Amino acid sequence: MTFQIPDFTPVIPEMFVLGMACAILVIDLFVPQSRRDITYGLVQFTLLGAAVLTLALAAPETRLTFNGTFIADRLSDLLKVAVYVITAAVFLYSRPYLKDRDIYRGEYYVLGLFGVLGMMVMISAYSFLTLYLGLELLSLCLYAMVAFNRDSSRASEAAMKYFILGSIASGMLLYGMSILYGITGSLDIIEVSDYLITAGGGLNVPLIFALTFVVVALAFKLGAVPFHMWVPDVYHGAPTSVTLFIATAPKLAGLAIVLRLLVDGLGPLHGDWQGMLMILAVLSLAVGNVVAIAQTNIKRMFAYSTISHVGFILLGLLAGTPEGYGAALFYVIAYAVVSAGGFGMIILLSRRGFEAENLDDFRGLNERSPWFAFIMLLIMFSLAGVPPTVGFYAKLAVLQAVVQVDMVWLAVYAVIFAIIGAFYYLRVVKLMYFDKPEDETPLPRATGMNVVLSINGLLVIALGIFPGVLMSLTTGVVTW
Amino acid sequence: MFADWPLLSLVIWTPIVGGCIVLMAGDRMPEGARRLALFFATLTFLISIPLFVHFDRGTHEMQFVELLPWIGAFNVNYHLGVDGISMPLILLTTFTTVLVVIAGWEVIQHRVSQYMAAFLIMEGFMNGVFAALDGVLFYVFFEGMLIPMFLVIGLWGGPNRVYATIKFFLYTFLGSVFMLVALIYMYTRSGSFAILDFHHLQLGMTAQILIFLAFLAAFAVKIPMWPVHTWLPDAHVEAPTGGSVILAAIMLKIGGYGFLRFSLPITPDASMALDWLLITLSLIAVVYIGFVALAQQDMKKLIAYSSIAHMGFVTLGIFIVFLIFSNTGDWQGAALGIQGAMVQMISHGFISAALFLCVGVLYDRMHSRQIADYGGVVNTMPWFAAFFVLFAMANTGLPGTSGFVGEFMVILASFRADFWIAFLAATTLILAAGYTLWLIKRVVFGDIANDNVAKLQDINRREFLVLGILAFVVLLLGVWPAPLLEVMHATVDNLIQHIAVSKL
Repeated sequence: MTFQIPDFTPVIPEMFVLGMACAILVIDLFVPQSRRDITYGLVQFTLLGAAVLTLALAAPETRLTFNGTFIADRLSDLLKVAVYVITAAVFLYSRPYLKDRDIYRGEYYVLGLFGVLGMMVMISAYSFLTLYLGLELLSLCLYAMVAFNRDSSRASEAAMKYFILGSIASGMLLYGMSILYGITGSLDIIEVSDYLITAGGGLNVPLIFALTFVVVALAFKLGAVPFHMWVPDVYHGAPTSVTLFIATAPKLAGLAIVLRLLVDGLGPLHGDWQGMLMILAVLSLAVGNVVAIAQTNIKRMFAYSTISHVGFILLGLLAGTPEGYGAALFYVIAYAVVSAGGFGMIILLSRRGFEAENLDDFRGLNERSPWFAFIMLLIMFSLAGVPPTVGFYAKLAVLQAVVQVDMVWLAVYAVIFAIIGAFYYLRVVKLMYFDKPEDETPLPRATGMNVVLSINGLLVIALGIFPGVLMSLTTGVVTW
Repeated sequence: MFADWPLLSLVIWTPIVGGCIVLMAGDRMPEGARRLALFFATLTFLISIPLFVHFDRGTHEMQFVELLPWIGAFNVNYHLGVDGISMPLILLTTFTTVLVVIAGWEVIQHRVSQYMAAFLIMEGFMNGVFAALDGVLFYVFFEGMLIPMFLVIGLWGGPNRVYATIKFFLYTFLGSVFMLVALIYMYTRSGSFAILDFHHLQLGMTAQILIFLAFLAAFAVKIPMWPVHTWLPDAHVEAPTGGSVILAAIMLKIGGYGFLRFSLPITPDASMALDWLLITLSLIAVVYIGFVALAQQDMKKLIAYSSIAHMGFVTLGIFIVFLIFSNTGDWQGAALGIQGAMVQMISHGFISAALFLCVGVLYDRMHSRQIADYGGVVNTMPWFAAFFVLFAMANTGLPGTSGFVGEFMVILASFRADFWIAFLAATTLILAAGYTLWLIKRVVFGDIANDNVAKLQDINRREFLVLGILAFVVLLLGVWPAPLLEVMHATVDNLIQHIAVSKL
């Protein structure tokens, strides 16, 4: 066996992030607490550098390296850049939150950076092994981040739950993959796909058995019903800055592995996993939207709202057409942008010793700050899917994909639950605009966070007025 | 010179941009916000006048067309244009918004800039609804309009405003999402979201029925038809005067417009097959809701129910054409029904706006909408009483006012279809006279009922201006409706010819 030196160019961004993360870990040891901003600055610089590198190395053609276990294509470029941008915003929102709670430590950012690396590997994984490595790297970072505020028993409990359930899901994924390996004799996604195509149709019980485990594991990671139980607890228990992180960028990576595994790898089994995803989607839409109505804690409400949005993303995927995958991609990016803004608002309203976690904390926001009430209004209407916000086009794209494959009933079902969902988003608007404030504390004045949060909110409407920009990107990168 | 300008874009975006500017000006200078809002509303109205003046009355083709690519991936275009049905409604919108801004001048003292901005932005969205020729663009404006209205009712409304506004939002949202699915379905069939392409899309009967029902869900809620009208009395009662005016004068018309733009031309066979349903619902609205209006104790609620009854006339006029055709085979005669519906919509826009403004005038002084709290207002407010009586007469369809023209045309059309339908429809003349005149008797005439009425001040110059303009328009359209009929003539004829051809 001859040893070939693999082509390292497609992995330069990953190597850069890894190198910087290790370097920052060491540098941070020598930075006094009062100068912690140095660490923060270096982390943001890393994300910026990674974005520059990814864009500089971006090429229209697909590049495989490391014996076909790592892929760099337009999909991965788009998703990676989105991950950098969203993570940068997340880190920026986190800073005042962590400072106020005396947990402004370098470890938070280093863990986040390793999480980003995990997501990058997930996005570019083209073999079961790489994919699993990336997923575990991300998950371990997230478990630790959830427990980051070690004095909070609620956070520790959430981290424990997350860890145990996440491990079960990982175990299922590994089990499913090992069976697939047993059947197909390969861990490479492309070879698995080739095997399935040549093997042809017919009911293959072991294959369906393996597929089930893979789908269940993915449903766990995405938080689809009935594998959603960890989502509300983790969202609620984790420090808000961590919830913000979990709710945004990892969804992009999660979609990437679903696309790589189910579409690229197990695409020939589309007829089988379509039904599974349909059940997951139908349940997620119902449970997510209905249970969210009963929540009084806004983080839990967002958790159930996420579950319902996962239902919509699954609808796009199960259509099994390029339009459907493009729609799911658009949806997940739009969702990440919008929910970053939503959790950013919670952080903005929180302060030392006070978590703006309850819906009531949003009462009368229009009296306290008309501008940020307006931003939150945009975010809420976007989540509800009301035009002219980006959330509407995400739903439009998904519904279009579903109707195109003659599943009109599924589209009707989805919009009915979208109406039910609109109720609890409207309730937040009602609290902000129609009620008197209970808490008269003025909002923090002009910080970097306010500016970025405003941009984030305006992006929700700007992408709503000019959705074509993002839409052509997401449909352009889908090559199936 | 104006004909080459992108007038429709200007009519849509001037108020929206103006609204954002007013919003940014903030509440520090309420007077400035009012003036700025009046400036933008007047400017928009002036921009919309060339639409009427330069409108080519001889053609049914879309005019002032603007076409730009918008979302390439879905073949969605920024496609605007007006014909004889939509152009008068745009004028109605720009005109009414000016009045609403003036009417809110002193009344609104709380969050002035947000109030004015909401109405301006809403105006832009409503103009967009009437001008859009692309399904997605239409839907965006149709839904987007709900956001400012939701805030207007919720922020400046009465005691039960939160319930009313959430009900309003969810009801309308519920109706419109089905329309969205129908639009998407037609897109997958035709490969385009252009409404004019939908008009020529061949559809089977089952598909037509389902699409028709989806549109019905959207527009029946909007217009509103019995039995999905219940949001309207709540929304009207709780909304501030300006909100009620916009709701009654324009938002309800969007339902009627939707029937003419979507339901009839896209699903002519389903409309024909289900005309009995729509006619029945319209007659229930006319007769039953007329009786409901008689029983009201609250002035705004009474006018709200009266609106529903009058909108019943609109849907009757629209769907009676199918019955006329199946009974007589005379398509030309059928045009009368649609023309009557259009005139009724425009006329009701002015009359209901005027009536809600009249109630607003009283409410601002007495802070009560209960009929029982009034009596003998004519003694203290003679000018006001004169206007109120005039608009009440117009509401009952007195000849010489605009209210007469539309109702007369629809009743005339109904006679060609079926005597009993015309008979039931004509009961409105009695019922409307009953509830409106009884309202007038109890509120305006008689002896001064209590000390509060005795202390009333007559309308000031601002209120006189607003009501005077409306009175002028109502009388003008009543004696000389020809300009309005001319504008829509070619379009209505074309619509009739279009729906005469089966798509099956």
